[in-house]
Order: sequence, then structure tokens, then C-alpha cells
Amino acid sequence: MTAKIEYKYDDMIHRCFRCGYCKFPTDWSTITNCPTYARYRLESFSAGGRLWLIRAWVMGEMEWTDRLAKIVYSCTNCKNCEEKCPISFSDNLVNMVVAARNAMVDQGSIPSPVKDFLNNVHLHGNPYGLSAKKRDQWIEDSNIAPYTNQEYLFYVGCEGSYDTRAQTAARALANLLLKAGVSFGVLGNQEISDGNEVEMLGEEGLLEELAEKNIRQFKELGVKKIITFSPHSYNVFQNSYPKYGGDFEVFHYTQILPELMQAGKLEAPADLNMKVTYHDPCFLGRWNKQYDMPRKLLKSLNGVELTEMERNKKSALCCGGGGGNFYTDFLGGSEDSPARIRVREAHDTGANVLAVACPNCLTMLEDAVKVEGLEEKLAVRDIAEILNGTVTT
Amino acid sequence: MNTVYNALADIVGEDYASAQIEELVTYSKDLGTSKPKLPDYVVVPANTEELQQIIRFANREKVPIVPLGGGMSLAGIAQPLRGGILIDMKRMDRIIEVNEKSRYTVVEAGTSHGKLSAYLKKHHPDLMHSMPDAPPAATVGGNIAIHGQGDLAHPHGFNSDMINGLEVILPTGEICKFGSCSVGSGWFTQHPLPDMSFFLGWGGATGIITKVSLRLFPCKKIREMDMFLVEDPELIPDVLYDLTHVGMAEDLAAFSGAIPPFSNKLHHISIFVSGDSEDEIEFKRRLMYDERLAKYIENGTGGIVATAQDIERPKTSKSADWKKGGGFEYVGSIMPVTAYAECYRRGVEISERHDIPYTVVGRVIGSSHAMMFAWSYAFNRADPATVQHAKEALHETDDLVLGLGGTIWKPAVYGQQIVMEHMEPNTLQLMNNLKNMLDPNGIMNPGNWEVA
Repeated sequence: MTAKIEYKYDDMIHRCFRCGYCKFPTDWSTITNCPTYARYRLESFSAGGRLWLIRAWVMGEMEWTDRLAKIVYSCTNCKNCEEKCPISFSDNLVNMVVAARNAMVDQGSIPSPVKDFLNNVHLHGNPYGLSAKKRDQWIEDSNIAPYTNQEYLFYVGCEGSYDTRAQTAARALANLLLKAGVSFGVLGNQEISDGNEVEMLGEEGLLEELAEKNIRQFKELGVKKIITFSPHSYNVFQNSYPKYGGDFEVFHYTQILPELMQAGKLEAPADLNMKVTYHDPCFLGRWNKQYDMPRKLLKSLNGVELTEMERNKKSALCCGGGGGNFYTDFLGGSEDSPARIRVREAHDTGANVLAVACPNCLTMLEDAVKVEGLEEKLAVRDIAEILNGTVTT
Repeated sequence: MNTVYNALADIVGEDYASAQIEELVTYSKDLGTSKPKLPDYVVVPANTEELQQIIRFANREKVPIVPLGGGMSLAGIAQPLRGGILIDMKRMDRIIEVNEKSRYTVVEAGTSHGKLSAYLKKHHPDLMHSMPDAPPAATVGGNIAIHGQGDLAHPHGFNSDMINGLEVILPTGEICKFGSCSVGSGWFTQHPLPDMSFFLGWGGATGIITKVSLRLFPCKKIREMDMFLVEDPELIPDVLYDLTHVGMAEDLAAFSGAIPPFSNKLHHISIFVSGDSEDEIEFKRRLMYDERLAKYIENGTGGIVATAQDIERPKTSKSADWKKGGGFEYVGSIMPVTAYAECYRRGVEISERHDIPYTVVGRVIGSSHAMMFAWSYAFNRADPATVQHAKEALHETDDLVLGLGGTIWKPAVYGQQIVMEHMEPNTLQLMNNLKNMLDPNGIMNPGNWEVA
């Protein structure tokens, strides 16, 4: 026995029965809808197994180990478990994992990739450890203006700013907003991490620091409305920033574009001739119940045939990139990595385009397409790219 | 490095074998009241070939092996009582064949009932299988290894009565098939070959089931549930006799519980009724109610309290959350239907003695040939005193089952011991001989069904 660990959900975590509903999609078609369970197929990597291990650790029945930390940090916070758990505490399943991470952070016992992620965000404002001065390179020679009291702040986020693939999609979105005459500006080198993954990784102190910095900056600039490129940014601005005093009107871009099209401010490209399947990002879908707008957008495009993967909306399989896993990569390295399973599922629909609305999903799934050797058959495209017509299949 | 671990990792790959404490702790714990029992290794094979290699290795090295399906028995049957290798079967979950016209499916034993149910609903909506009341993660192989029952128990009996063929790996590593598949035919019948049912109900103590041919049944377009209520538990066998006489129900189960209070000490009979048309349903209801149950309504001893309800699968894990405690375990028994009232009364006494609200259910098997009668005891996983109460209640109930002339369903070790104490000596000797013949090194789920 080791010492009892202070844990926020002491009065709740024992209630997990480990019945296993959390592994399934809504229709029970597979037992592998929890991305970490799909990857490892060990009970320890299922939602229930993870909670039982966390309880054993916080009760002092077992010691912290690298593997325990890997099990706790491999959870992508995708909320599939919360959709399926029949017990009344289901809304707190992900919170219980995050609280275990809080406790690990408090002890200074976290896996090195997580430590690197948090250090990089703390030092550079992004998880990649790249210079803050390079944050605006995605803008290149465009006409994207700095934010100076326009109607919207376009918050690009770390992936859109630094990841070369996500930059392309961010530029496409900015171009759409420009074409539509939306009054918006960006923060450029002044932008810092939104803190969503920092929160998911259990670093409350750093989240608070980021939130306060961002809120102060937004308020000083007079920001009232924010358009986010990433659902992760949307989630933290919408759901976590209010408790730090950040009450902004927040939109994910898929909530803005349909209005622009309806108002005739944005013209859809000519006949696209695509069969598209859409992958729901967890932080747009299960976290914020936004399932219809992206589909509505895609359906409105000429020459787009929208087809669904078997697991969609509430039952979508996570790409495996949530909760910092796009960086820490605890789920990679296997044909059972969730992203690889997901692109095979997309390919099985007969689609030639896998549409996404999240830069994490974009990079995770595009990498998976390459590993699966599907580059000639399946293109991964952000919805903004499809609408902008900047990238062909 | 550990040679056993290395051998396992060589067979299944490093990701699917573990000797690390996190997996050992996870797999040491049953969902019920049993104390943890640590395995030494955990392995998750992908197919029969990998599993065969694991078993051959274990037999050669005389290392215990314990197969685990969904882990839903709650009785500690798949706990590694003597350590060794815990084999998680859930990666072997392919649906190999559905023969629609002959109404059977062949699946790998680790296939979850949830997956099979979803597959049939999508691809063969006219067919259904017997899904147990356990959560959807329960596996086909695990369920028949404990003589499970579920949907369609009234017309068709135990799930292990619905088998057309098996593939099993013996403890010594040989792969055997049983039924028509063993002579190169399809998997359409278990009979008429000589009976070699050495694996059903053994809880993995005689071999590991790897493939199962399950009978499928017509799935009617409309499936609904009615509820009939009586106050006197002595009437339940009569009502069930009346209902099973006409044979119009898809399933029948009587239950009673202390919670919610308004139905405390009342006895409900769930009557599942199905049909391809409203006419068919109406015809069935007429036979059940007008022809057989009207007398109870007329004399004021029974009444219909609900009709045409949607059938919702029971979420048994909700039972565990009584007072937010997270735990429950039950004693299941196979009983004559005539024992319902006594089972109920004695169950209430045991529950009251241990300060647990009583919950009892009797599912009809066959035409009232028997019932699976279960007494559930909830406990708070965070309160050892309540766990101990539940454990004592379970043991008392095990004793009760034998005392009332029944048999314990999927007994834990304590229950197995008292069943064997009551068993006719020659039968017990044969059981022992069979076990020793099949498993000469005693590696298969040791501690279970061991003759003293």
C-alpha cells in the first residue's frame, strides 16, 4: 500500500461497474469504439479498466508507474464512453480521467511526451516548441489583416499556425472569409495556445495562465466574437473560458459558413464530382453536439455525394488525436491505431474524399491514409478546403 | 527476461501480451464480491492458431490458463485462482457465417452478443439470436460455457441448447469439432452424432471454445412487452402454466423487488409478445388473455398493468448503482417453476437480514420446464461492510438453492463445492475422470469444478 492520493472524484469513481457499454457505439456493432481499447484490446486500456486502475492508484493500492501513466494519458477524451454508459455519473467519466491527470501533474509524475507538450506550451505558446515569431508564417502573402476591432477574431490555433498540412486548410478558411467579405482579423504572432489540450492533460495551472492571457488580450483588443478553425479551440473558449471571465460569442467555422452561403456571400465551387464521407471531430460532435452543420454544408455543394461511415455522429470513432495524443502518440504504431481503422472505414464507404473539420483529425487521418497506402483512393480534406476549391482530389 | 512472457509475446506480439502490474491488477478483479486473484500474464490472441500455440505452450510448461470472455459472470469463474495465464478472448470476434435459410450463424467465441445482435439487425433483420440479459459485451463463448440463457428461453431453452456445432481447443492443444461440422458438413446440426458435451457449463475447465454455431430464430417485425400483475406469489406457477400452455409468448419472466416501493411485494410477469402483423399479435393476446388469464382478472387476483410497451434491454449495471455503490452480484439457480413463491419468500428474508433491498426474478425456460431464478444483492464497492453482507447473503442463497431442490447456475467456487457435495458419487467420479482425461496436467481454469 502507498499513501492515499488526493482525488476530486473519490466519492464517485467506485461506481463504475465495468459493464463495458462504454466500448460500444450506439448500435453495438463493434466492441472497439473506444479508441484506446481498439488499439490495445486490453481491459486496462478500456474506459472501465482505466477507472478501476485510477481508483487503485488513488486509494494507494498500487504505485504510479510509466505504464499506468500511459494508460491514463492514452485516453483521447473523446467522450464515447459518456455516450454509452448507463449509470447516472456518466457525464463525469472523462472528468475522472482528467482529474487523475491533475493528480499526476501535482505529483510531477507524467510521461515525458506530456511533459514536453506542456513545457513547450508554457515556453513557446505552442506544443511543437517552435518559436512564437514563426506563428504567423501560415499567413504568407495573403491579405489577412491583424485584428483591429473587426467583427470577428479568427483564432487559428496551434495546428493551423504551425503544422504545414493544417496551415493549408487554415489559409483556405481565411480565404473563404475574405471572399465572403467577413470582417475579421487574426492575432498573428500574438496568438498563443488556447489551452484545450492543456486542460485535457490535467495542467489546470497552465490552463488558467493561458486563459487569463488570452482573455486579457481579447478584451484589450475589443474582441466580442470569435471564429475558431479548430473544434478544440471552440470547446475551450465556449465551455472553459467563462469560468475565467471570458464570455465571448464563439463559433466554429462550420457554424458560420452555411450562413454566408445562404446569404449569397459565398459561392460554392462548380461541380466538384466527389463522393464524400464526413468524420465527426469529437470536440465538435460529442463534446458540443454539433453534428448537422458540417453535413448541411457538404450536402449543399454541387457534385458532392455525401455518404456516412457506419460509425457516425454520436458513434463516430475518434481519430486518436484528442487529449494531446496527436503529439504524444500513445496510440500510434499499429494497424489498430484508431486513425488507421478510421480511414479504412472511410474507404469502405466508397468515398474518394474523407472530409474533416478539425486540424488534428486532418493530420491524423492524412498520415493514416499514407500508412494504409490509400493515397490514390482517399483524399483527406478539410471542409474549408473543399469549399474553397483549393485542393482537388 | 521472463521466458513465459517472451513465449507469449512471440505468439501474439508484444502489444497483446503483458506481465505488467497494470494488466495483472485489472484482470485480477471480478465485477462481483470475489477477492482479487492476480494472474501472472495476460494475453489477447487474435485467432485460433495463436490460441492453440498458447495452450500447447502452457500445457508443456504446466502453467495454468484461464479463458475470459466478457467477464460478466460476476461469480469469479474467470478469475485466475492459481495464477498463470489469463486469456482474454474478446479479440477473437469474427462473424464467420450466417446461413439464413438454415437459420444458423458461426462466430468466433469471443464475439460479443452486442456485435452479433447489431450484425443480424443490419444484415438479416428477419433473424435473431438469444441475447442474454447481460451487457452487450458478454461473449457467445463465455455465455455457453456457463449455460447462459436469454431471449427466447421460453420457446427454446438454454443458450447452450441452441448450438449446432462447436470448435474447441483441448487442454493438450488439439483442435476438435463437434456436430455436423466435424464430418465436413456445414455447421447446421449438433445431432445425431454421439454426445460429447464435455465443454458446456464447465466454465473453461475442460478446454477453450473457439467457434460456435448458434441457432437463429425468426425475428418478428413487431416485438412488444405486456405486464401482468399478481399479489400472491403462489399464483405465479399457475399463471405461467396457463401462459406456457398456449405458447404464444416470446418470453416470460416473473419478478419482484423492494424498489420502487409502490411495487414492493407485488409480482410482475413480463410477457413478451411478437408478430409480423397486428393481427398476429392480437391473435396471440386473445389466446393468452381471453382464454387463459381472464379468470385471474375476473376473480380479482391478477390484472394487466401495461401492454404494448417497447422492449428495452435490461441494463443490469444500473442495479449495481443502488445508493451509488457500484456493485451487485446475484445467485442464479435453475429451479422448478413451482418453487417461485418459496424462492421469493426466502430471498426476502435473506435480503432483510443483510439490509439489502430484495430483487428477485424468475425467467421461464421451456414450457415451464424450469426457471432461472435469481436473487440479486447490491453493495457499495467503497464500503467493505456492505460487500461482506452481500457475500454472506450470496453464500446463504447458494445453500438455499440446494435446500429447495434446485441447482446453482454458474456457481462460484463455494457453490461448486456444495453442488459437488450433493452430487451422486458415480456422477462425480465420472466428472473427475473426464476432467483428468481431458486435462492431464490440470492447467485449465484450475480451482473450478475440482473434485476433492
